[in-house]
Amino acid sequence: MTDVPASKSTGRLADRLFRLTATAAGATILVVLAAVAAFLIIQALPALRAGSSVLGSEVGWFPDGDSLAELIGPLAFGTVLAALIALIISVPVSVGVALFLSHFTPRRLQGTLSYLIDLLAAIPSVVYGLWGALWLLPRLQPAWDFLGDHLGFIPLFAGPAATPPRTILSVGIVLAVMILPIITSVAREVFLQTPRLNQEAALALGATRWEMIRLVVLPHGRGGVTGAAMLGLGRALGETMAVLMILSPGLTYSFQLLQAGQHQTISANIAAQFPETNELGMSALIATGLALFLITLIVNMVARWVVSRSTKAGQS
Amino acid sequence: MRKHYAIVAAAVVAVGLSACGSSDPLSGQDLPENSSDASGSASASDSQNFTADLSGTLTGAGASSQESAMDAWRAGFQAHYPDTTITYDPVGSSGGRTQFLEGGLAFAGTDSPLSGDELERATDRCHGAGVLQAPLYISPIAVVYNLEGVPELKLTPDNLAAIFNGDITQWDDPALQADNPDVDLPDMRITPVNRSDGSGTTENFTDYLAAAAPEAWPHEPSDTWPLTGSQSAQGTSGVVQTVQGGNGTIGYADASKAGDLGIAQIQVGDEFITYSAEAAAAVVDASPRQEEREEHDIVIDLDRTTEAPGAYPLVLISYSVACLEYEDQAEGQMVQEFLRYQASEEGQQQAATAAGSAPISDELRSEITAGIEAIELP
Repeated sequence: MTDVPASKSTGRLADRLFRLTATAAGATILVVLAAVAAFLIIQALPALRAGSSVLGSEVGWFPDGDSLAELIGPLAFGTVLAALIALIISVPVSVGVALFLSHFTPRRLQGTLSYLIDLLAAIPSVVYGLWGALWLLPRLQPAWDFLGDHLGFIPLFAGPAATPPRTILSVGIVLAVMILPIITSVAREVFLQTPRLNQEAALALGATRWEMIRLVVLPHGRGGVTGAAMLGLGRALGETMAVLMILSPGLTYSFQLLQAGQHQTISANIAAQFPETNELGMSALIATGLALFLITLIVNMVARWVVSRSTKAGQS
Repeated sequence: MRKHYAIVAAAVVAVGLSACGSSDPLSGQDLPENSSDASGSASASDSQNFTADLSGTLTGAGASSQESAMDAWRAGFQAHYPDTTITYDPVGSSGGRTQFLEGGLAFAGTDSPLSGDELERATDRCHGAGVLQAPLYISPIAVVYNLEGVPELKLTPDNLAAIFNGDITQWDDPALQADNPDVDLPDMRITPVNRSDGSGTTENFTDYLAAAAPEAWPHEPSDTWPLTGSQSAQGTSGVVQTVQGGNGTIGYADASKAGDLGIAQIQVGDEFITYSAEAAAAVVDASPRQEEREEHDIVIDLDRTTEAPGAYPLVLISYSVACLEYEDQAEGQMVQEFLRYQASEEGQQQAATAAGSAPISDELRSEITAGIEAIELP
C-alpha cells in the first residue's frame, strides 16, 4: 500500500510530461506554419509597397507597366490550369487503378501492386522533368498536331500545335503521372472500407460485379475520392522542376492548351527568375510565393474537410 | 504469437564525394614547361614564368557565361601553383558585380562592364585606385536551326530580326528564298526559340538585332526577351534542346553548345559569314574602345554593323574585373598572376578548348597585360 501513492504521483508526472511534450510537438507545426507565413509576408512587403513603375524599372524580368497583381494573376491562373488538367486526366485513371487493386486483384498481388504504384511517388520530380522533356515531348507531338488539325474548332485546341510541344497540356500530362500515386492509394483505402455486407447484399440481389461497384463502392467512396483528388491537386500546384523543364513560359490568361509561351506557374517562375534577380525582384518572387502558399493552404484545408466529412458519413 | 519477419532494409547510402578541382581532367593535361613558355613566346609582355610564391584561396564570382572557361583557367592555374585554390561562383553578372563592389570578392566576371555609379563605388572598394576591366572571354553566339533537308541557311540581319519578331513566319517566305537560291526551303512554320531567363546571350543578340536591323527590330536591347508568347527555355542547353526537339525551329545559343544543329550564316557587309574563333576575334579588333574610360578600364564598344572582312559581329564579351590596388599582398599577387594566366596564350587556348571561346588577339593582349602589370601591391 505504501508505494501506491508514490507510483501514482510518478504516473501523474509522466502523464503530465508526456502531455506537455505532445502538445509542444503539435504546437511546433502551428508555429512553423505561422513562421512561414510571417516570413513570406515580411519579405514580400517591399514588393507589395513598391509601385508598378518602380518594379518595372528596377527588376529586369518584371513585365513593364504591370502591377504586382497583374503578375500574380496570370501566374496563379497558369498554376491552377496546369493542376486542373493534371487532375482531369489523373482522377479517372486513379479511380480505375484503385478499383482494380481493391476489387479485381487477387489478395496476394494486392500488396505488391500497391507498392509499385507508391513507388511512382518516390521518383524525384526532376527525373519526371527529364523524362517529359526528352522522351515524352517528341511522342506527344503527333497527338497534339492531330488535336490541333481536327479539333482546332474547339478554342481549347486552337491549332496549329506548337513545335516542340512545350505547352500547358504536355505539362498537365506529366503532372497527372506525378499525382497518380497519391490519388490511387487514398482511393484504394476508401474502396477497401466499403462495408462487406452491403457489397454481398448487392451481389445477392443479382447485381453483376460492375453494378455492385457502381451501386455500392463508388457512392461509398465518393467523398474519399474527392479528398484524394484535392490532395493530388495540392501536389500539382507546387510542382516546380517538371514544369520548369517542359513549359515555354508566358504570362496570359489563355485557354489555348496547345500554344507555347502562354502560361507559367508560380513555382516554376520563382525557380527560373531566382538566380539572377536583385533584392526587390526577390521580394516580388516571394510575394508570388505567398499567393501560392495561400492557394495550397486553401486547397489542402478543403481536402481535409471533405475527407473528414466523408469518413464521418461512412461511419454513421 | 506473430512471426517475426525478417525485413531486410538495405539502405545503401552512396555518398558521392565529389572531388572538385583536384581531380579535374584539365589539370592532367600536359602544360607547356615554364622555361619554354618564357623564352619561346612571341610577345615578351605575355610571358609568365610562374615563379611567384603563391598559396591560399582566391574568391571570385559572376557571369555564368564564363563558367566553362573559368573552370579551365582555374584548373590550369592550379596546375602551375598547386598550393592555391581559386573558386568561381557563377551567380550571374549582376550578382558578381554587386558582391565585388561590396568587397566580398577578389575578382568578378561580368557580361556588362561596370559603369556610372558602379565605377564610383568601385573606386571606394579599391582603396581609391580604379578598376581593371579586361575583355578576356570572347564567345561567338550561333544562330542554330533545325530544318530537315536544309544543310545551309543564309540570313540577312533584317530577315533574322523579322523571323524573331514574328514578321516572317514561313520558311518558304520569298525574302528567305531570295538569299538561299540553291536551297529548296520547305513550306513550314518557323518557330523561333529564345531564352526564358535573363541572360547575357539574349542581351548581345538583341543588341545585335537592334544595331544591324533597326527597322525590322523595334525593341531595345535587354537581357530578357522583349516579346511574349514565344517558345522559350531555361539556359543555353534548354534552348539547344528545344530547337532540337522541334521541327522548323530557330534559336540563338553560345556557339560551343550548338552541337550538331544547323548553323545559319549571317550577312556581314556583302558576304555571309559562319562564326569562327577568328571571325569573333576580328570583330573585337575592328571595334573601338569605349572612350571616357580610365586607362586600364578596357571596354569594347562592339561594332555590330561592321563590314570588316571576315568579322562575325554576333559575339558575347565577358569581362574580368579586378582592383588596380590591393591592400593584401598575397591576394593582390594572386589576382595579378591569375589574370596574367587568363590573358596568356596558354590560358586563352585552354578556354578555347574548354568553352569554345575565341582567343584574344596579340594586340588586345598587350593592352590588357599593361593593365595587369599596373595592379599595385603593398
